[in-house]
Amino acid sequence: MIAFWALAPLMVLAAVGMVLVRKAVHSALLLAFVMVCLAVLYAAQQAPFLFAVQIIVYTGAILMLFLFVLMLVGVDASDSVVETIPGQRLAATVLGLLFGLVLVLGVAQATMSASVGLGAANRDGNVDALATLLFGPYVLAFEVTSALLITAALGAMVLAHSERLTPKPTQRDLAAQRIRDYADHGKHLGPMPTPGVYARHNAVDTPALLPDGSPSSLSVSRSLQARGTIPADLSPAAVDRTATALDSTDSHQRSAAKHTDRGSGR
Amino acid sequence: MNTDHYLTLSALLFTIGAVGVLVRRNAIVVFMCVELMLNASNLALVSFSRAHGQLDGQVAAFFVMVVAAAEVVVGLAIIVAIFRSRRSASVDDASLLKY
Amino acid sequence: MSQLAVRVIPLASGEVGVPVVPAEADGLLSLVWLVVALPALGAAVLLLGGRRTDPWGHLFGCAMPIGSFVVGLAAFAQLLGRDAEERQVRQALWTWLEVGDWQAEFALLLDPLSMLFVLLICGVGSLIHVYSVGYMAHDANRRRFFGQLNLFVTAMLVLVLADDYLGVFLGWEGVGLASYLLIGFWAHKDSAATAAKKAFIVNRVGDLGMSLAVMLMVATFGTSSFAGVSAAMPDASEGTATALGLLLLLAACGKSAQVPLQSWLLDAMEGPTPVSALIHAATMVTAGVYLVVRSSFVYAFTPTAETAVVVVGLVTLLVGAIIGCAKDDIKKALAGSTMSQIGYMMLAAGIGPAGYAFAIFHLLTHGFFKAGMFLGAGSVMHATDDDVDMRHYGALRTAMPVTFATFAVGYLAIIGFPPFSGFFSKDRIIEAAFGEGWIYGTGALIGAGITAFYMTRVMLLTFLGSKRWRDGVHPHESPRVMTTPLIVLAVLSLVGGVLILGGWITGWLEPVTGPEEPHDLFVSPLVLTGIITLVVLGGVAIGWFTYGAGRTIADYPPANVRFATRAARADLFGDALNEAVFMRPGQQLTKALLFVDDKIVDGFVNGLAALVGGSSGAARRAQTGFVRTYALTMLGGALITVVATLAVTLT
Repeated sequence: MIAFWALAPLMVLAAVGMVLVRKAVHSALLLAFVMVCLAVLYAAQQAPFLFAVQIIVYTGAILMLFLFVLMLVGVDASDSVVETIPGQRLAATVLGLLFGLVLVLGVAQATMSASVGLGAANRDGNVDALATLLFGPYVLAFEVTSALLITAALGAMVLAHSERLTPKPTQRDLAAQRIRDYADHGKHLGPMPTPGVYARHNAVDTPALLPDGSPSSLSVSRSLQARGTIPADLSPAAVDRTATALDSTDSHQRSAAKHTDRGSGR
Repeated sequence: MNTDHYLTLSALLFTIGAVGVLVRRNAIVVFMCVELMLNASNLALVSFSRAHGQLDGQVAAFFVMVVAAAEVVVGLAIIVAIFRSRRSASVDDASLLKY
Repeated sequence: MSQLAVRVIPLASGEVGVPVVPAEADGLLSLVWLVVALPALGAAVLLLGGRRTDPWGHLFGCAMPIGSFVVGLAAFAQLLGRDAEERQVRQALWTWLEVGDWQAEFALLLDPLSMLFVLLICGVGSLIHVYSVGYMAHDANRRRFFGQLNLFVTAMLVLVLADDYLGVFLGWEGVGLASYLLIGFWAHKDSAATAAKKAFIVNRVGDLGMSLAVMLMVATFGTSSFAGVSAAMPDASEGTATALGLLLLLAACGKSAQVPLQSWLLDAMEGPTPVSALIHAATMVTAGVYLVVRSSFVYAFTPTAETAVVVVGLVTLLVGAIIGCAKDDIKKALAGSTMSQIGYMMLAAGIGPAGYAFAIFHLLTHGFFKAGMFLGAGSVMHATDDDVDMRHYGALRTAMPVTFATFAVGYLAIIGFPPFSGFFSKDRIIEAAFGEGWIYGTGALIGAGITAFYMTRVMLLTFLGSKRWRDGVHPHESPRVMTTPLIVLAVLSLVGGVLILGGWITGWLEPVTGPEEPHDLFVSPLVLTGIITLVVLGGVAIGWFTYGAGRTIADYPPANVRFATRAARADLFGDALNEAVFMRPGQQLTKALLFVDDKIVDGFVNGLAALVGGSSGAARRAQTGFVRTYALTMLGGALITVVATLAVTLT
């Protein structure tokens, strides 16, 4: 009872938040919270096996799969705020409210007999009882789900697989291509500058300063730029501003950096 | 403990999930909302199982989880395939199958 | 066999109906099927064989009817050797149609009547086939011509040999088809194509009568065989008999070009001349007469229909003769005379047992002399580069002596000059007509006079008088392959009258038509014959003084003529009447129906389609392609389902 009243409002809030937050990663984390809470409610309702499965399979496996795909697709692929289908939001909200109202009213109208409880059914342990059911009356369905899982795995492989249409370029090919690019377009031959090099901070999110003092956008990951960790504006003034802000928080590092980076300037 | 409360919670979560499917455009978030709906129904199943004192509801919830796992595998593979060809995970971009 | 002897059913009116009670064919007569099968084989080989049969196709085409003629002659000898009661034989070939309990057998009936037709069709047909070898020598499609001629002979033989009205109908349609094909043989000529279509359509009106008659028989008697119908007729009501008689008369009018369905025959002369000779003079157009004579057991019970036949015959014989007077086209003049002569036959056939035999007799002699004259006309055209205008002929007597001589024999035969065959046959018909009533006799007598006039005109314009040949035309006698049939037909025209000697033909036909009835005349037959001969001579004299006697013939028909001449030139306004009464209202009706179909029926259908199409076009907008729109719809559906479930559960 306490578990329910403690968790239910949080779950509803988390679910609403999941729908409302802009970033997919946040949605995934909120969903994970809801699922863990659900697992607790399962445990509170005499379903220890499902409690475990919910945490291991759902939260552990399925949700991690979601996160993997999010990373694969790119965390920067967040929604734009503009609704493309006119009236969709309004209709969805109104219809959703109506639907929820009707469902809750329906539940409220129903007269429930007192809960029987699973004491008798779980006498020999919940897992044993479930196993008796699964490998007894439900064995056919169980077997069919195994076929379903195999099919799903195969389907995922087929869908995710992409056929290689050209031979894989060897290192020799790549090198030749690089030289060609240099010859035709004057593209830089060497590796890209590493972040933090020539800058005051030795960190991945700090753009490198070129010999003329300007920061190089090539030296930081595009993902970090998209995420907003690094200002998109990489003009010297803006970088200086950032550097100054950082200086005031971490004087030790600042002085070290000053010593190493601007030593030549003195 | 009253079953009504669990059912009401389940209904609310289901509705929120449904609205999320309708409102969000990121295919992955839409998918998460579908998972929320499935979980809401699982909660109802488990509650009924306890109310009736039989474990069949839990078995059903177990099957729902299995099916959800399979669905997620295929669905995410589709999303990856679409993203690979269109560089977009928006469900509104894949709208060629129309009048 | 003696049980099957001819039974004669006496009637209150004094007329009799002779039932058809045939015996099974045996011995040589069981080969009757060959008569039909041989030309059918010819048609199949020539029409399906294609160009590879070109080199020998015409010879093969000639051999088939000749073969039929030989078989026919053998059968004729066989029949002659039998007693009169045993001359009806039937050969069942196969069951043709089978519907429930009702079935129609395909069987051949050989009796004295069909025997004469077989000999006429095969005999004259063979001669015309031989003639065509020469006449069509320069035509690239000669083989196809012979194939279609064989097809015609087949159909005509089926028509006269069938023992069932259904079989007659098969042959009836077959000859119609062959006639259509052969009239339009030179379909590259617009006039020929139009004439073929006209013949086909006008014939269709008659065929309607035929098919209705067959349906009426099947509906009333449950059978359409001659034997069945003739056995059932005495018990039939007079209304049925009259209806049958009039329907059969309609059929006969269509096929035999009798008023009011006469208009197609003159145009049908667009076909090659052998076709005109065989189909539109000697055989097919006489099918109507055959039908009336064959249906004697029907007409015996319906004086109304008989009178109608007589009137149709009388009107046609006068109309045909008058049209024949005004035509400058030699073939059209002859076609008018064909109409007229068939009118004589119908007149005789309508008189009843007193005239049946004479109708058939005149049919045979007409077949000889008219075929001969048509072939003679073909020979003349052959010599004058296919010119058909008699005003361009003149004095061909010296250039084409054989053609002239044979044509002259035909001329003397058709005007009824003694002792040529036409004299005997026409004389008897006029006599019988006087026996029926003085008005019929007078009409027939006047017709004989007009016949003499216009045939004299044809003769004078073509073979006598002065040369009016076009430049570059050098008339010459036709090759022997063409003149031989002419000579044979001339001989037959000359001696054909022997058939009546001693009343042979009436006796021969008695098993079919019943015994000849004596009729009362106001004068003795000999005096009447004298009167007829005088009228004929008067017609010849008028013709001679109009076109012979040193008169010059204008190059073009004079325009300033009396109304009667203009009417005759316009086929007595037959076409104009058809146009005004049937064609124009028909066109108007078609236009009205077309309007209804286009605007109202199609408008409804198209409107419905447009409505569905338009609303679909609007409705498909709902398919936006957005998954979320569909999901919204699903949520709406789920809401409705939940509300419905609650509504059901909570009430």
